[in-house]
Amino acid sequence: MWVKLEKRPEASSAMIYASPVLAGALTLVFGLVIFAALGKAPGHAFYVFFIEPIHNLYGLGELTVKASPLILIAAGLTVGFRAGVWNIGAEGQLAVGAICGSVLALAFPDSHSPLLLPGMLVLGALGGMAWAAIPAFLRTRFNTSEILTSLMLVYVAQQLLVYLVNGPMRDPSGFNFPQSAMFGEAATWGPIVPGIRLNGGFFIALLSLVALYFLLKRAFLGFQIRAAGLSEAAARYAGIRANRMTWLSLLIGGAAAGVAGVNEVAGPIGQLLPSVSPGYGFAAIIVAYLGRLHPVGILLAGLLMALIYLGGESAQVLLHLPDAITGIFQGMLLFFILAVDVFVNFRLRFAGPAKQEAA
Amino acid sequence: MPTLQPPERREQIPRLELRQISKRFPGCLANDKVDLSVMPGEIHALLGENGAGKSTLVKCIYGVQQPDEGQIHWEGDPVEIKSPAQARHLGIGMVFQHFSLFETLTIAENIALGIDDAPGMKQLSERIVEVSGLYGFPMDPKKTVLNLSVGERQRVEIVRCLLQHPGLLIMDEPTSVLTPREVDKLFETLRQLRDEGVSILYISHKLAEIQALCESATVLRHGRVTAQCDPRRETHKSLAEMMIGSELPQTERPPAHPSERPVLAVKSLSRPTDDPFGVSLQDVNLEVRGGEVVGIAGVSGNGQSELMRLLSGEETSSNADRLQIEGKAVGNLDPAARRRLGLNFVPEERLGRGSVPEMNLMENTLLTAARQGLVRHGLIQNRVMRERAEAVRERFDVRCPGVQAQARSLSGGNLQKFIVGREILQRPKILIAGQPTWGVDVGAAAAIHQALVDLREQGCAILVFSEDLDELFEISDRLAVIFNGRLSPTKAVSETSRDEIGRWMGGLFPQPGGNDSATPVREVASHVG
Repeated sequence: MWVKLEKRPEASSAMIYASPVLAGALTLVFGLVIFAALGKAPGHAFYVFFIEPIHNLYGLGELTVKASPLILIAAGLTVGFRAGVWNIGAEGQLAVGAICGSVLALAFPDSHSPLLLPGMLVLGALGGMAWAAIPAFLRTRFNTSEILTSLMLVYVAQQLLVYLVNGPMRDPSGFNFPQSAMFGEAATWGPIVPGIRLNGGFFIALLSLVALYFLLKRAFLGFQIRAAGLSEAAARYAGIRANRMTWLSLLIGGAAAGVAGVNEVAGPIGQLLPSVSPGYGFAAIIVAYLGRLHPVGILLAGLLMALIYLGGESAQVLLHLPDAITGIFQGMLLFFILAVDVFVNFRLRFAGPAKQEAA
Repeated sequence: MPTLQPPERREQIPRLELRQISKRFPGCLANDKVDLSVMPGEIHALLGENGAGKSTLVKCIYGVQQPDEGQIHWEGDPVEIKSPAQARHLGIGMVFQHFSLFETLTIAENIALGIDDAPGMKQLSERIVEVSGLYGFPMDPKKTVLNLSVGERQRVEIVRCLLQHPGLLIMDEPTSVLTPREVDKLFETLRQLRDEGVSILYISHKLAEIQALCESATVLRHGRVTAQCDPRRETHKSLAEMMIGSELPQTERPPAHPSERPVLAVKSLSRPTDDPFGVSLQDVNLEVRGGEVVGIAGVSGNGQSELMRLLSGEETSSNADRLQIEGKAVGNLDPAARRRLGLNFVPEERLGRGSVPEMNLMENTLLTAARQGLVRHGLIQNRVMRERAEAVRERFDVRCPGVQAQARSLSGGNLQKFIVGREILQRPKILIAGQPTWGVDVGAAAAIHQALVDLREQGCAILVFSEDLDELFEISDRLAVIFNGRLSPTKAVSETSRDEIGRWMGGLFPQPGGNDSATPVREVASHVG
């Protein structure tokens, strides 16, 4: 017996939207199996992981704090994924964005200007774009795979960040801890509702979804991006310049990640640290795909992924599980969405070797 | 050859008989109770349009698919053919339309790979020399397939079948890639095989060929047998009626009134290829005037696709002067810029080049027509886009559930009508079309031909690349031939003949530059490499 994957003539359109739900359900089932295997009562573990973190207003605020960078970055990456440009270096673009925003905040520690935070966001966007421009240049000039270059630049960016907080940007009165001085009030997002940490970053993330929707549905540029991603030859025939699409989508992804980086240092953190992000740039790739590269899907997927971050923290505290549990859930989610998608597009066929006939 | 039925018994037992064969696919009945019988030593035509169910039926005979209902009888005995290997074992050989040869291997190696129980290389080579000599096309088994012409490659496939002593040889549209001369040679071989008692099932939609070659025919339409007849006793008209259910539409072509100055000019364009299997273009010169159709004949793979990419702008050349639209140098412009100057292009590949398969017809209209009011201030004008797509659908009779349908859900002929219509509605000054009716059914092909000729009447310059000489003679005012990257001089259709163009397709055309002596380009080209 040979097992063969056979392409379905047409993927069921209902399954395309059902598959993220199915992937979520499978993740949950296997998550509970893992909890049981670790000797935790699955029911209790489920409560701790998925309910406890958001059972009050504060928790819901935390959910938006975690979801903001995920949604914003996923929206930016979606542009590239639609164009067939695989930017997987958002984590590095986020770090460089955070650095650039921090430079401005630290340069004017006593400023009360309302323009300081917007200025930081602009600088962060430019920083993320500059970092993303490197793979764009290498791809369009030397035909280098942007998958490899953007990923490798993540580690370069993180080393750069570590160097800066240990050197030029270290807080002079910070007892040699590798961190910058705390930002002034004008350089941080103030609370919107007292007592919870919901901040303006979440609204930037929502705005990015609106912009994404508009770009993909109404703008001719979005159409060109989609056409380039779906069929290279048809795009060339139409006169859509592939290099332009590569540059654009990497710059948009970089800008979104850079802004997300500033939102982190100007929001929940309030200073520049060596660890500005717990892997938001990578998790956002899962969010984009789980959300079917669609704005509404990304919103839901972003909230789910944020809940997994919160659940992981809560499981550490209440169940005494290691923080790797977050990574396990993220990994399972990605694994199941990919696996389910394979079966949406292909079916298994059991065939004897006789069928392997060279026609 | 094995001993075959003696002539007096021929009438009694058909070599192959299909009884009430049905084959269903999701959403369509490809074969509906088809009866067919092929006698020993008979060339039997299977005639039908694209999509009539010919391929499905043949796949059932060759064991690639199994029929849902009905029986297959071989030499009078019921058989179940479960695989091509079993079909070959019974004595059924098949030459496919698209060859399955490895270009970097030799003839002998290719044949060894393709037959069951191949003997040793030395013995096999001897057999190849023997069999190919016997049928009048001696071949050298040590030659690499890469260096063979299309006709020669087909002969490799035929020899591969003959080595296994077939009782039935299936030929699937064998002439679609051959020059007229090669067609004649193929027919000689097939007749010789028939005289030796081999049955041949000959699949085609070309009526003239079938009348010249076959003594009986089964006609399929929409999966059903509509007639069984002797094609030699039928007329073109009656055969066409059996095949498409109505009369074969004729293109109406009033005399041409070409413009004085060329709209499109190609001036000594050369382009070395960087693809090891590509063709280098050498000193191509061509002028197309408004209000005329220029046809470029030639067996595919002689530089057509390379030339079309340079004309459309999908590949640009640094030397802008080599290509001119109304005297303006355009060689360095991309396809969108050329379209703004009035050059539109219908590529050979409909899915994935002429259209984005996953996009609907509205979006596919936008693909090339954006500049004509479909986009304003960078925004897609949904209403204009829908209207334009609807206009294409109505004017060019594109059959589909609606303009929301994905391009890939359309049949080949309908998608081609859509693409041709989309380009024509942009009112081009120049329209270039590659294989505009390849794989398109007769009705749609006639509609496309008429649309091209009507466009000519509006003063558009039209350049058509095609392998189909019937098509070129039907719609062209002037003809040229492309061979091995070189373009022949053009000749008015009234001053040339199929014979001459056929010879040119084999490389025998006068060198551009004046003197009329027919220098064999083939030799020149082989030195250039």
